[in-house]
Amino acid sequence: MAGVYRGMVDDGQVLIDNSGADLWVVQQGTLGPYAEPSSIRDDVWRGIAGIHGVAETGNAAYLTMQIKQGGHEARVMVVGIEVDRPGRPGAPPYLTFGRPILQGHYEAIADEKTGLKLGERVRIRRHEYVVVGLTRRMVSSSGDPMIFVPLKDAQEIQFLKDNDALINERARTAANPAFNRPGVPGLLEAAQASATQARNVNAVLVRLAPDVDPDTVAGEIRRWKRLTAYTRAQMEDILVAKLIATSAKQIGMFLVILSVVTAAIVAFIIYTMTLAKVREIAVLKLIGAKNRTIAAMILQQALGLGLIGFLVGRVAAGLWGPAFPKYVLLVPGDALRGFAIVMAICALASLVAIRAALRIDPAEAIGG
Amino acid sequence: MASDDTPAIRLAGLRKRYGTGDAAVDALKGVDMTVHAGEVVGLIGPSGSGKTTLLKCLGAVIEPTGGRMELAGEAIYDAERGGWQVGDLRALRRDRIGFVFQAPYLIPFLDVTDNVALLPMLAGVANGAARKRALALLTALDVAHRAGAQVSQLSGGEQQRVAIARALANRAPVILADEPTAPLDSERALTVVRILNEMAVQYRTAIIVVTHDEKIIPTFRRIYHIRDGVTHEEAGEGRPV
Ligand SMILES: Nc1ncnc2c1ncn2[C@@H]1O[C@H](COP(=O)(O)OP(=O)(O)OP(=O)(O)O)[C@@H](O)[C@H]1O
Ligand SMILES: [Mg+2]
Repeated sequence: MAGVYRGMVDDGQVLIDNSGADLWVVQQGTLGPYAEPSSIRDDVWRGIAGIHGVAETGNAAYLTMQIKQGGHEARVMVVGIEVDRPGRPGAPPYLTFGRPILQGHYEAIADEKTGLKLGERVRIRRHEYVVVGLTRRMVSSSGDPMIFVPLKDAQEIQFLKDNDALINERARTAANPAFNRPGVPGLLEAAQASATQARNVNAVLVRLAPDVDPDTVAGEIRRWKRLTAYTRAQMEDILVAKLIATSAKQIGMFLVILSVVTAAIVAFIIYTMTLAKVREIAVLKLIGAKNRTIAAMILQQALGLGLIGFLVGRVAAGLWGPAFPKYVLLVPGDALRGFAIVMAICALASLVAIRAALRIDPAEAIGG
Repeated sequence: MASDDTPAIRLAGLRKRYGTGDAAVDALKGVDMTVHAGEVVGLIGPSGSGKTTLLKCLGAVIEPTGGRMELAGEAIYDAERGGWQVGDLRALRRDRIGFVFQAPYLIPFLDVTDNVALLPMLAGVANGAARKRALALLTALDVAHRAGAQVSQLSGGEQQRVAIARALANRAPVILADEPTAPLDSERALTVVRILNEMAVQYRTAIIVVTHDEKIIPTFRRIYHIRDGVTHEEAGEGRPV
């Protein structure tokens, strides 16, 4: 369980690290681009690039969607990145196979977890993309593998409407007297052209020059550009503390129930074992064993049971962890804490049995 | 100080009444009994006569309601002086009384040696010394070759011998045996009786054997018959085994 939580935290961490950004510039007042929707114009980067300390900027568009691939559906996060020159923030930092995206259209880099192969064609909405590169551990904050495509394509996927909707929208605009004024030629066309353009992105990723304080630059952007900017630390806080907080609570509750069930089972087993040995315990008391000695024996049995259970669980987690749909990160510290908790639960569970054992009358040992 | 002819066990007018009022049952109505060190006596009687009740009183797990009980001349129970004369009954059982039961009732997760060594350890004897004593007893009882085995791997007869070793482990001057031969065939039952006789002589132990077992009754030199809570002493055949 802790491994599942750690995996989620790690997913968020990796998302931040692998984006190669120092600042995230998003729509004013939003927690974007991962935790909340954010939409900004794709030319705001010009203003940002001019700020002192900014080394490189990159527009990025994110959208989670379902793709059909080899007959089955997969949930992926499509990431639009700028591909005009290498090293733009947002692009995957390393490839396991293939090459970066070189063309402005219809090429893709996929995370290995999507199951896509090099050279394979994948259909996303209206177009087919060729997988030219593969990368690893590039997942969204909810664990969906990423597919990188050129920004222009991603904008189209995200913001362009389908043909029916376009016709519909045009008719609507034409029927609106504000846009279709008699005596103003060209106004309707201009309005319609602006409506069909996809000129938005979700965030601008900013890489800073070395030795520049991210907070200063972020403050600058906030003050002058009417945008919200997050530093790495703030982004971590958003992803770890806010985005997965509910999941963490969910896992926590699950852990509590699991602990209670475990305690009940251990208590039941130890209790049954004790009742099956009433005669032996009575004999122990008869021949002069202290209550403390008997309690210690039962406790020892319970802890032994707990140890076995823990080892089985740990091995099972190690073996099956990779089969989990989301990343599971097993940390020795968690294992240690888990062990302590299991032992505590077993000790607690043995109390019922110890109580029962202490009530056994030594006289029961004699006679049949 | 107890001289040589001070009996190891002496009961005088011992009574036990279960319950009160209309529901009261007088299980023991004045039992007199004397057993000397190195002696094995039989205690026989029909069902419901009070045998188990007597053993429980002797074993200090239930309190008599009248009479007097002495171990090696020391009053353990005296109704006229307010009941138990010993503060720590648990220590009394541990140090001065050994028990052998119908079934061995060995502790399942301890090995044979530890089952025997457990008693001296409970009494505060050091680990090594306790195990050494246990091994000596197991040798005397001819089960030393199984000393490291788990108790569940022993035969019934072997388990019963380990149980006798346990009863002897604290050099208790008194051993109470409650139908110790009931689950054994006649040959092994006689072996157990022979062992008890040998141990009684070797360790100067007074042994009371409660039994129904026709096979072993002829071996006792002295027998106490108990009926309706009253005992009668009688000479046994004392057949050698
Ligand atoms: N806890 C008790 N409460 C009330 N009466 C009891 C109790 N234990 C024994 N008795 C009664 O005391 C009498 C003697 O019982 P005891 O168990 O000593 O007989 P016993 O000689 O051991 O019989 P058996 O050979 O069948 O084991 C019986 O009438 C029995 O019903
Ligand atoms: Mg009985």
